[in-house]
Amino acid sequence: MTLDAILPPLIGGALIGLAATLLLLFCGRIAGISGICGGLFAPKSAEWGWRVAFVVGLVTTGFVAVGPAPEAFVFGLDRSLGAVAGAGLLVGIGTTVGSGCTSGHGVCGLSRLSGRSLVATCTFMATGALAAFIVNHLLGGAL
Amino acid sequence: MIRLVAALLIGAIFGVGLVVSGMTLPTKVVGFLDVFGQWDPALAFVMVGAIGVHMATRSLVLRRTRPVLSEEFPGASPAGIDLKLLVGASLFGLGWGLAGYCPGPAIVSVGVGGDAAMVFVGTMVAGMAVARVVMARTAA
Repeated sequence: MTLDAILPPLIGGALIGLAATLLLLFCGRIAGISGICGGLFAPKSAEWGWRVAFVVGLVTTGFVAVGPAPEAFVFGLDRSLGAVAGAGLLVGIGTTVGSGCTSGHGVCGLSRLSGRSLVATCTFMATGALAAFIVNHLLGGAL
Repeated sequence: MIRLVAALLIGAIFGVGLVVSGMTLPTKVVGFLDVFGQWDPALAFVMVGAIGVHMATRSLVLRRTRPVLSEEFPGASPAGIDLKLLVGASLFGLGWGLAGYCPGPAIVSVGVGGDAAMVFVGTMVAGMAVARVVMARTAA
């Protein structure tokens, strides 16, 4: 692998880690995106406001960044919208039942050496690899 | 109000990190997960960067008695490994590997407005809502 291939993920990752620390420093909260998103369904909670603001920050980033960097948002996979809908449903149910996603378990959980998050991360990496294997090697790359 | 502004800006930094890292490219994500094919290990460095920075800095933050804009730091997280954790993480991984989106990059991509991201986030949010209702009922 070349440095050109490694630097963007490394720098992007560092920004994600920085954002997670800033959220802890200023708001005292864990930067788990699925938890923040699921928390939008609890509008009476005192936590609702900052969660909405955080999600607006995420969406605004895409809205602004697609102008100068449209190549960063190409979907690119050969998937029907039905398959995408099913995948979204799995991610929504799975992150709620499993209490976290790539950010909450993968970044924040592993950073505090949580055994529970390590197990979750290994599990979703494994089933993610399984899904990629099935689609790419058994179904010819399309679904 | 200042707490909302802080959360908005931090969300934007998080979002920029996702975009810079390549996590908003489903082809790249699936290429990373396809360890038996033309494996592209680049996205492993997202975890290296994120965990490296967060692990090094979070302990400094936790030396404070309280957060800058809020009352207290989060309490201890649940420790046990149970069936819910395993089933939930398994389902999440399957969805992630099928469409190449995890929640953060999908939400960022909604701001771009493509069909796939809109549909994905729509059903993801629906799945979260249904799971919350079912879990609240079974717990009660």
